[in-house]
Amino acid sequence: MSTVVGEMDQHDHHHAPSGISRWLFTTNHKDIGSMYLWFSFIMFLVGGSMAMVIRAELFQPGLQLVDPHFFNQMTTVHGLIMVFGAVMPAFTGLANWMIPMMIGAPDMALPRMNNWSFWILPFAFAILLASLFMEGGGPAFGWTFYAPLSTTYSSDSTALFVFSVHIMGISSIMGAINVIVTIMNMRAPGMSYMKMPLFVWTWFITAFLLIAVMPVLAGAVTMVLTDKYFGTSFFDAAGGGDPVMFQHIFWFFGHPEVYIMILPSFGIISAIIPAFSRKRLFGYASMVYATAAIAGLSFLVWAHHMFTTGMPVFAELFFMYCTMLISIPTGVKVFNWVATMWRGAMTFETPMLFALAFVILFTIGGFSGLMLAITPIDFQYHDTYFVVAHFHYVLVSGAIFSIMAAAYYWLPKWTGHMYDEKLGKLHFWASLISVNVLFFPMHFAGLAGMPRRIPDYSLAFADINQIVSIGGFAFGLSQLIFLWVVIKCVKGGEKAPAKPWEGAEGLEWTVPSPAPYHTFDTPPEVK
Amino acid sequence: MSEQPTRPDNTRIVRRLLLTVIGMFAFGFALVPLYDVFCDITGFNGRFTDGQAAANTRSVDTSRTINVQFITRVNQGMPWDFAPEVTSVRVHPGETKVVNFLAKNRTGKNMVAQAIPSVAPGEASLYLNKVECFCFNQQPLAAGDNVAMPMQFYLDPEIPADIHTVTLSYTMYDMTENVTPDALAALMPTTN
Repeated sequence: MSTVVGEMDQHDHHHAPSGISRWLFTTNHKDIGSMYLWFSFIMFLVGGSMAMVIRAELFQPGLQLVDPHFFNQMTTVHGLIMVFGAVMPAFTGLANWMIPMMIGAPDMALPRMNNWSFWILPFAFAILLASLFMEGGGPAFGWTFYAPLSTTYSSDSTALFVFSVHIMGISSIMGAINVIVTIMNMRAPGMSYMKMPLFVWTWFITAFLLIAVMPVLAGAVTMVLTDKYFGTSFFDAAGGGDPVMFQHIFWFFGHPEVYIMILPSFGIISAIIPAFSRKRLFGYASMVYATAAIAGLSFLVWAHHMFTTGMPVFAELFFMYCTMLISIPTGVKVFNWVATMWRGAMTFETPMLFALAFVILFTIGGFSGLMLAITPIDFQYHDTYFVVAHFHYVLVSGAIFSIMAAAYYWLPKWTGHMYDEKLGKLHFWASLISVNVLFFPMHFAGLAGMPRRIPDYSLAFADINQIVSIGGFAFGLSQLIFLWVVIKCVKGGEKAPAKPWEGAEGLEWTVPSPAPYHTFDTPPEVK
Repeated sequence: MSEQPTRPDNTRIVRRLLLTVIGMFAFGFALVPLYDVFCDITGFNGRFTDGQAAANTRSVDTSRTINVQFITRVNQGMPWDFAPEVTSVRVHPGETKVVNFLAKNRTGKNMVAQAIPSVAPGEASLYLNKVECFCFNQQPLAAGDNVAMPMQFYLDPEIPADIHTVTLSYTMYDMTENVTPDALAALMPTTN
């Protein structure tokens, strides 16, 4: 079959349903990718407004705006939405859009399941958000839902929380299965594993992590459900259970989960930095092995979240050393990115700016992670704002910045228009400055002993919290610039060529911009 | 679109991945018994096997003295008084001691309870041996009654040299609801 692209388009017009049913019944990877991305951006704004409530309450010591129970619901649902609603669907959206185009496949391998895995997500989050309006409130036990907070002491809406997590998990698992089957079976002739772009590689490994740990999360929430409503005693010492076991099961899922949220970022950054340095990626093979090593190690470090539960010294040492070991493959990646830039002909368009900020700020987050990995020091930092600073550096200025970088990098391919570079740069600088005003002082608040997840605090922390809150509001507002840029870019703008970035490599740049509804119906030859 | 020649292959991979998903879901639940076994073997988390220790002959190491402390609490809202007769004893490794624990049922109904022990530091739990303990069995207690419950133990002389204090903590749990009324009546010593 050698159909010309233009003919394909017309041919398609006869079948494609219009209006809402186009989106409801679509099995096209580009449509589904766009829906994932818009959904994750909406969730980003919803979760972000909860963060604004948190920062507004913490603007001054004392209780001003919300009562403590509602504050707890905000911290909990903010975390759940950002992890499961913003970061993970954004990566799945990018995977849907880019993986078939990067490996020369016409679509994802299981398009109908793809439609399903997206369309159950809005229901999951509708259930979760609706529980906030129930009598007794929504989940208020932290996104980690430690027992007995989530069993004995939780509100009646816990069942809704459990079901929504089940649905999110099913969605992620279906997405992961789809990615794996697509990559294994649908690569274009000549596209061997070691020729795949790193974004494909990192997602391949991420998908295996998802398959391995999302079922464990499903098990954990199921145990919470039966403990609370059906009289089992998995985590209830009165019936022979153990609440500490909850933490083991949860973090067995939880630690690989944090790599699920960062490995695709590594792939994005490994695409963008070579493109704007006009050099090939330094150390491709070592990047692949480093990603696999990080994924493997992620199963051996879960108890570093639990150093203060009274583990024996031997276990503490084991988890401390394993945790520190992760900095080696991660360091390989950071040095490879720096080496890629070395003597490159660099230019600084918005995607590159976000990618550079990612490398620096993610490394800062990595270093504070190393500090937390040291067991005796963790006893002081545990449950303080230092931890909050750490994971926001790796998730906001890490994962979220990489998603922004990816959006700017591929927007011309998606929309066929160049985004407004001036506005993009404004968005970048506003985000960069505000994100540091927001999260950097949290390190000091934490070192000084300010506990996390508390709506009130000692007067000593008043100034620092005011600065943090101002940074928070500024960061929140800055993201509206991004919304503006995207809408403007979708509506119009300078026509984008097939390959808008001089140094970019990969099959996605061989198709016209915007990418036609069907690409690679005839597989390309990969040399 | 041309028919994908790899279709049957897809099904095979999907089937394998789904099996992995089911396997990992089961593994999550398998962690529960695995955790118990692991804790019992290693004594991690202050757990130890409730089995009765044999009162076999052993040497008493008089060169060392270890302070054994007792902590008691009742589970949330349980209307019993529960306290050790002494809060701590000093023992030589190998020496056998008996400590009484006092319990009183403050309610007007017959109840059954079970005490669950925990030892700190965790590694000491491997060396604390109980010859006799009320925690081996459920404790029935009639309305308003009280009882002194003995616990006989010794520390294994092999206990590591850096352990100078061992804390033994008991939490009393209400088991009344798990027992049928008939069984409860049968458990009561003499109904008057």
